[in-house]
Amino acid sequence: MRVSTGATTNVFDRGAVLRPQFDWKWVIIGASVVFTVYIAVIPLAFLLWQSFRTPETAATAAVWTLGNYAAAYGSTETLRLFTTSLQFASGTALFAFVLGAGLAWMNERTNTPFKTIFFALSLIPLVIPSILFTVAWILLASPQIGIINLVLQGWLGLAEAPFDIYSVAGMIWVDGLHYSPMAFLLMSAAFRAMDPSLEESATMSGASVFQVARRVTLRLTWPAIVATILILFVRAIESFEVPALLGLPSGIVVFTAAIYQAVHRYPSQVGLASAYAVALLAITSVGVYFVSRLSGQGSKYATMTGKGFRPRQIDLGRWRWLTASIFIVYFLLIVVLPFSVLLWSSFQRFYAVPSTEALQNLTLDPYRFILSYPNLPRTVLNSLLLSFGAATIVMLVTSVICWIVVKTKLPGRWLLDNVASLPIVFPGLVLGLSIMIFYLNVDVGIYGTIWIMLIAYVTRFMPYGLRYTTTSMLQIHRELEESAAMSGASWSTTFRRVVLPLLKPGLLAGWIYVMIVSIRELSTSILLYSPDTQVVSIVIWELWENGQYVELSALGVLFIISLFVLVLMARWLGQKYGIKE
Amino acid sequence: MLRVDGLFTEYPNEKGEVVRAAQDVSFTVDEGRLFTLLGPSGCGKTTTLRSIAGLERPKAGEIAVNDRVVYSSSKGIFVAPNRRGFGMVFQSYAIWPHMNVFENAAFPLEVRGAGSVLRFGSAARRTRLSRSDMRERVMRVLTAVQLDDLADRAATKLSGGQQQRLALARALVMEPALLLLDEPLSNLDAKLREKMRFELKRLQRELKITTVYVTHDQSEALALSHQIAVMHRGRIQQVGTPRDIYERPASQFVADFVGNTNFIDGVVVSCAPHADHDQRSCVVRSEMGDLKVHSAQELHHGDRVTVSIRPEDVELSEERPAGDNVWGGRVDQKVFLGEALDFQVAVGARTLFSRRHPTLRTKIGEAIFVQLRPDKCVALKVS
Repeated sequence: MRVSTGATTNVFDRGAVLRPQFDWKWVIIGASVVFTVYIAVIPLAFLLWQSFRTPETAATAAVWTLGNYAAAYGSTETLRLFTTSLQFASGTALFAFVLGAGLAWMNERTNTPFKTIFFALSLIPLVIPSILFTVAWILLASPQIGIINLVLQGWLGLAEAPFDIYSVAGMIWVDGLHYSPMAFLLMSAAFRAMDPSLEESATMSGASVFQVARRVTLRLTWPAIVATILILFVRAIESFEVPALLGLPSGIVVFTAAIYQAVHRYPSQVGLASAYAVALLAITSVGVYFVSRLSGQGSKYATMTGKGFRPRQIDLGRWRWLTASIFIVYFLLIVVLPFSVLLWSSFQRFYAVPSTEALQNLTLDPYRFILSYPNLPRTVLNSLLLSFGAATIVMLVTSVICWIVVKTKLPGRWLLDNVASLPIVFPGLVLGLSIMIFYLNVDVGIYGTIWIMLIAYVTRFMPYGLRYTTTSMLQIHRELEESAAMSGASWSTTFRRVVLPLLKPGLLAGWIYVMIVSIRELSTSILLYSPDTQVVSIVIWELWENGQYVELSALGVLFIISLFVLVLMARWLGQKYGIKE
Repeated sequence: MLRVDGLFTEYPNEKGEVVRAAQDVSFTVDEGRLFTLLGPSGCGKTTTLRSIAGLERPKAGEIAVNDRVVYSSSKGIFVAPNRRGFGMVFQSYAIWPHMNVFENAAFPLEVRGAGSVLRFGSAARRTRLSRSDMRERVMRVLTAVQLDDLADRAATKLSGGQQQRLALARALVMEPALLLLDEPLSNLDAKLREKMRFELKRLQRELKITTVYVTHDQSEALALSHQIAVMHRGRIQQVGTPRDIYERPASQFVADFVGNTNFIDGVVVSCAPHADHDQRSCVVRSEMGDLKVHSAQELHHGDRVTVSIRPEDVELSEERPAGDNVWGGRVDQKVFLGEALDFQVAVGARTLFSRRHPTLRTKIGEAIFVQLRPDKCVALKVS
């Protein structure tokens, strides 16, 4: 998937001539290859296998069947499932893209005021987990209790609630808002990477602002645009929280929801779930394949020159107050409103819409409830242990893999790179399902323990860790290592004194990122947890299922604040150790 | 001192095709000399340098420094780069961004001390320097490159020229047997490049350190070198002093690559030995008429040749001069360069380039006489 530098050689490989001897390097390489294949490929194989098996019961043994596929794809329901999924995913992708790209353009290319707080946007998806964002929007826009609906009804005297969050449009709204910061980041990077002289030379050739935008800017950012939309599409089609919380209550079923329903039906229909999962996997694989094809073409569009770079900004004149207000409204929708509604609800005994009476009933009861929740210390400890363990293992394993891929000339190293990146096509729920099937069938005594969750997290976030290590490994210019060799340093000295210190910021950044995404993980955990191995996001899910909204809000507020502190610490660490964003 | 013998290198490119770089490259460099490998990109000069460094492993050949063989395909010897003890300045300078100026320069001394316990090779057994000795040596070399007052500065805060000098200091601090320079001036701007050219030359001449220098810039090569090897398509075309290379190019490629020149095609009519015994005096029939030329090559009647003459050797005058090789022409175009004036002169169907002192004020369109001195006309056989 990634382009590896073919010209890169490891000078030390050639140093060991004449005396062939036992080399610890090969042990580590071999172990990491076996580990990667085990963790990334085997669950996939079991998922495929299971999708062709009947359920095993006490009376009958499992046999080969095409029945799961017939059940999954044989009915007219399938067509609806398919079109609903596509409708939801493409709607979300386009909505998030338009929002994110527009904001990115405002931020990178115009003199909109208050731009300095734009950076806060990049934190939102990390700090507010999808499940809390969705719950917050239910409290804001559900037809029965949604604050926005009630306020608008009161003002305009409407009989019906103007917004229904339990609809495909509502799902697109919530998921699109939640993914728009990702679009913002990707498009900002694309705008920033473009050499302004390319636009300036078009202007000098006599092109108008509009012509420059259409003939040059758009053409040059085209691969980034397509890649961004595809990434958003893949993210949307594999998202679980929004379809489960908003879609299922009103009978809107997409692939992820269908998989969850099949597993949680009684008796559980794992084969059917697998058949759905295979289709979902096929869709995400195609998406990821095209994204990697597009980013592989990056060099062809060589927009990055690094030479004489000055961001050029368009003076919007009076219009800049319009763009500023767009930005403020956006900030309200994505941060202020969701967080405020959770905060409000967390101080209520029973959920009530804000009013003067409700204001008098403020209480700390939900917080008392959460803090005395029977399993809370255990749950928090599980979350911390899992995220810490997953982050550490991921960064260690991926730095070895990445070293093999980038710095050696081992035949087949591209295959290793692709295998390690494979889990990126797994939607969280599908990965959880595959791992569940694998360890149900191959009993090594970890099913239902915290270890199965650790394996799941490591698998799921390995591609992200690999991206961090690869980026920093590629930045270490070959000559930095070679000059150490010429200075007389051995391989181990070079690795310790030159490579590792230069790699450290990337490793640290990756470690923190994996830690944060692990701590809010829900869609994989939901198929793998047991009462002993609950994590914080699962408790939120259970509180929702039980209708304990105020308690959920209290836990959510605490969770968001802790994540926020964690992210701030990460940024502080990052600046201290010189991580460039 | 340095001996490179029958060096062949090849490497697979991104598409997996085998690229032949150096082809049968042989040369020797004497103690204290600066030897330049000059050629266009892709000619194999950098691969040759990296083979000497040990960063590339050649296919065949032998490389020895002071009779210590560091690579030999026939004897199966390949000494790892970190045990060769050569200093090298890389094109990107490769200054480690996580160390300051002093730490960068001290690194070779530090790792040399640390590694000595584990090494058993006789050449590699070296003793650890004391802190104060190390400090003194690093400061001495930093002083030599005028970075002594920046010793505590972060490496990332250095300008391009300072980075270049630090890279040089790092390469010199271990007092290497051989200094390898890979296009060390190509990342600097033009003014700084000329300044550093003088500094580099002064330092090399003062320290008398044997140096191999790789560049594609002919003026750099001419300015710095004791000897130049011009490379093309993996092969050495000519080895000689800067003056030899410039005034007596051995092939059309060398004449064209090093400096500007006029080429006049023709056929040899006659040849006779000249008073200077390795030179021959010949007559070449060209489109401009008969031309008296000199040649170092063995030429015979009927050989097809091209005659090279540098623009500064194309003499112009408003009155007909006495002597051989004189034609009447017309000034076609003039370019004023400040210290010189470039002329394009039409002689029949030919245009000749001439560089003159700006005192010559003949106007465009006016008649002018062209004289090509026979000892400046170099006839090269067309292969």
